[in-house]
Amino acid sequence: MLNVKVLGSGCANCKRLEQAMQRVANAIGVAIEVEKVTDYAEIMKWDVLQTPGLVVNGKLVAAGRILSDEEIAWLLKPAL
Amino acid sequence: MNPLPTSSLRPTHRTETRAFALVALLAIAWVAAYSAILPLAEWLTYDVLRLAHGSRLGESVAFFLYDLPKILLLLSGMIFVIAVIQSFFSPERTRAVLSGKREGVGNVLAAALGVLTPFCSCSAVPLFIGFVRAGIPLGVTFSFLTAAPLVNEVALVMLFGTFGWQVAALYAFTGVTIAVISGIVIGKTRPERFVEPFVFQIGASGTKTIQSPDAQPTWSERFATAWQTTREIVGKVWPFIVVGIGIGAGIHGFVPQDALAGILGREAWWSVPAGVLLGVPLYSNAAGIVPVAQALVSKGAALGAVLAFMMAVVGLSLPEMIILRRVLKPRLLATFVAVVAAGIIFTGYLFNWVLR
Repeated sequence: MLNVKVLGSGCANCKRLEQAMQRVANAIGVAIEVEKVTDYAEIMKWDVLQTPGLVVNGKLVAAGRILSDEEIAWLLKPAL
Repeated sequence: MNPLPTSSLRPTHRTETRAFALVALLAIAWVAAYSAILPLAEWLTYDVLRLAHGSRLGESVAFFLYDLPKILLLLSGMIFVIAVIQSFFSPERTRAVLSGKREGVGNVLAAALGVLTPFCSCSAVPLFIGFVRAGIPLGVTFSFLTAAPLVNEVALVMLFGTFGWQVAALYAFTGVTIAVISGIVIGKTRPERFVEPFVFQIGASGTKTIQSPDAQPTWSERFATAWQTTREIVGKVWPFIVVGIGIGAGIHGFVPQDALAGILGREAWWSVPAGVLLGVPLYSNAAGIVPVAQALVSKGAALGAVLAFMMAVVGLSLPEMIILRRVLKPRLLATFVAVVAAGIIFTGYLFNWVLR
C-alpha cells in the first residue's frame, strides 16, 4: 500500500491531480491511499512553493503541476 | 516545473531533433495562417456574404471575421513562446536568486521575476511563506506578488495585438514600476507586525526531498509543457474573446464617432479612478476587455481609464485578496490594496497623457 499525499488548499488542480493518481493506480493495479493535506502549516513542512505538491511515501516528488499519466505510472511502478 | 528524474524516460537526441522540427513546422503553418486572415475576412464579408463596403453591418462583420482569428492566432503563438521562456524560471530558482538580496535591488529583481515566473494565484500563500522563511524581506516579496498578476501575459498579448507594441511595452513597464514602488513603500511600514504569526512559527523543513531541483528540463519537455500551457490558457479565455470582439464589432459598426469622448474621454478626470473602482470586484478576464476597449477608444474614449480598469481587474482581484488574508492581517492587506490602487490610478493618467 503506497501512501500518497496531495498538498494543496483544495484548488482545482489539486483535485485533478488526486483524480489522476487514483485513476492510474487503478489502471495499473497498485493499491494507494490518498491523503489530502490542506493545512498550510502542514503543507509548508515540505517547503513547496507551488501547489499541488505531491508526496509519495514521505518523499516530495513534484510541485506546482499535474503529472502526466506516464509520470504517475513511473512513480507507482516500484509498488507493483 | 520540477521535472521528475525520469532517467528511463529521458528523451534521446532523436526525439529532441524531432521536437524542434515539429515546432518549426507549426511556426510555418502559423505564419501562413496569419497572412491569410485579412484576404479571407474580406472575401467572406464582401464576396460570400455580399455585404456592401462601408455599410454598418459590413464594417462590423469584417471587423469580427478579421479580429477573432487574428487574436486567437496571436494568443496561441505568443503564449507558447512565453511559456517556453518561463520554463527557464521557477519559483524555487526565483527564491534562490532573491534570498540575500537587499531592498531596492531586491524589489526591482523581484518585480522582473514576478513577470517571468509562472505561478497561479492559488499558490500565493505557499509562495509567501516560502519566501518569508528564506529570509527575503517582506517588501521584496510584495514586489514579486504584485508584479505577477499585474503584468498578465494574456493582457500583454491582447494589448500588443490590438494597440501595438508601444502600448504593450508601456503596460509592462508601468506594471513592473508599480510593483517595485509598492514593495518599497510596504517594506518601509515595518509590515512584519501585520503578518499572521503562524507564518513565522512553521518549523524548518526536515522532510524536503524533492529530487534534483537543479535538473533542467530538456527542450522537448519545455515544448511539451508550453504546448499544455497554451492549450489550457487559450481553452479558458476564448469565450471571453469571442464575446469581447463581438461587442467590439458592434460598437465599431454602430456607435458614431466621438460619441464617447464626453463620458469616457480624457477630459473626464474621474474616469480613471472610476475604472479602478469598477475593476476590483470584477474577477473577469483581460481577454474580453481589450477588444471592447479598442472599439471604445476608436469612438473617442480615453485609453487610460480602460487600462486602469483592466489592471485593477487582474491586479487587485477579490479572490486573490481572500487567499492572501490567510497570511496577512487586514491592515497590511488594506495597505497593499491602497498602494497598488494608487499605482494603477497613476498609470491611467500616464496613459491618457502619453497616448494622445
